[in-house]
Amino acid sequence: MMRTAVVLAVLVGFGTLKLPIERHLAALHRQEHFHGVEFNLDLREKLGQLGFVAALSGFRAIVADALFIQAHAAWENTEWGRMLLLFRHITTLQPRVLLFWDTAAWHMAWNASVAAMNDRTQPRLALRVKAQREYFALGKDFLERGIKNNPDRPDLYEALARLYKDKYKDHEHAAEYYAKAAAVPGAAPWDRRFSAYELSYCEGREREAYERLRSLYNEGEKERLPTLIKRLKFLEDKLGIPREQRIPQENKVVK
Amino acid sequence: METRYRPFSLWRIRAITANTLTELTRLKVFYVLLVFALVLIGSSIFMAQFSFQQEFQILKDVSLGAISLFTSLLAIVATARLIPQDIEDRTLYTILAKPVPRFEYVLGRITGVLLLLAISTLLMSAGFVLVLYLREQAVVHTTLRQMSNAPPDQIADALRVIQSSAFNINIFPGIAVIYLKACLLAALTLFVSTFATSNIFTIVVMAFIYFIGHLQATAREYWLQEHGGGLITRVFLAVVTLLFPDLQAFNLVDDIVAGTAISLAVFAKTAMLGLFYTAVYTLLATFVFYGKEL
Repeated sequence: MMRTAVVLAVLVGFGTLKLPIERHLAALHRQEHFHGVEFNLDLREKLGQLGFVAALSGFRAIVADALFIQAHAAWENTEWGRMLLLFRHITTLQPRVLLFWDTAAWHMAWNASVAAMNDRTQPRLALRVKAQREYFALGKDFLERGIKNNPDRPDLYEALARLYKDKYKDHEHAAEYYAKAAAVPGAAPWDRRFSAYELSYCEGREREAYERLRSLYNEGEKERLPTLIKRLKFLEDKLGIPREQRIPQENKVVK
Repeated sequence: METRYRPFSLWRIRAITANTLTELTRLKVFYVLLVFALVLIGSSIFMAQFSFQQEFQILKDVSLGAISLFTSLLAIVATARLIPQDIEDRTLYTILAKPVPRFEYVLGRITGVLLLLAISTLLMSAGFVLVLYLREQAVVHTTLRQMSNAPPDQIADALRVIQSSAFNINIFPGIAVIYLKACLLAALTLFVSTFATSNIFTIVVMAFIYFIGHLQATAREYWLQEHGGGLITRVFLAVVTLLFPDLQAFNLVDDIVAGTAISLAVFAKTAMLGLFYTAVYTLLATFVFYGKEL
């Protein structure tokens, strides 16, 4: 009896001692982007009993992968609604996996939107366009939430820039997100260039675009790519840049 | 010549450790590795229809999840049978009839289990790294074949993308944390088995502890909130917080696979917590075992 009391006292004492350590460690984990998933009733309803228990027991990644495989099967059957739901669960479970956010956005903005536009069961063009725009918005929403969860990585900024450029033809936003991607450590070297290209298509921002493209051009041969030279020449003409300040006419193009 | 009795002997502990390892090996616990290999090969074949990023992601998730599951299961099942089995076989009486202090027996037993877990974790990790490497090489060869006419910088970029999707050096500290979690579970199982009446009881109790341990962090945060529930709820949450380990703190590998870098501070502090738990539960197991009537 005495021994049991001592054991309980030690356990409670140890529990009290470890409490601040565990809290400190949990805060450190959150600060360094670990354990970003909140286990609540909403998630429980989404995953079902078994999936929730598995996710709680440290098998969150495997549950997300199982759902990803289901989403892949749904894609093969072009079940867009089911895919949307599954990708929402997947990204809730694994908010730090860029691949899931990117794939979800790609399916919505590229695949589902094209399917909606080519939907033969919907004779009215206006409704098909509406559905297509809704899928663009869903893709954008995935990328925006992905960025919120991964502000320290450039990939999703880049994906969102691509979406603005290819789907919305919104060069201003595309330039903004390429620039944001370029500002994040580990960004691809072309992000800075792409941001300047996109800006060169924006009415009223030609001067800014010219300065950025020119500054890239001045960095050396490696940046003097065909598109950069083409856009720079276009802006020189548009802005009426004096001949002596223009880049040489027979510019060597790096292929 | 009469040899002097030593109250503490590393040789005695070593003998018990070696004996524990041999016993567990004879129980064919390493068959778990075979199951692991099947999971690994099965998942890598099945994933061939995905893009290489998706394939590597799923391969890493499934493999590390399987390592975590199998080491935890091994830790609980292997440890749960040690003391009850020794009592049933009467081996315990033979050991303790010799000048072997009980703490040396407990220490030898737990070290044997920890060694078994280390060997299993190493073998599973080696298998995982090998399969990942082979898959990576297969993708590299395919890419090189497809890009045979591309400029060298494009090929280099493509190879960089493949290599960064496949292997991540942070996986190793992640596996070390999985091992520490298994050590904690083994020590806790040993503690439960010192007052349990059968190994079934120990395993069932440990299954509950495993689930509650993963909820401990949620219970702790709720308990420490000012507005958290009524008196009974608060007492329940306090019991869960104080008496159970925070197992969620050791689930770092999901985020590591997702690309989150593990800093030295996070790894060192998590490892210290794991070692701290293991030491305390081993001490408690020793204390209870000293009072056990045999």
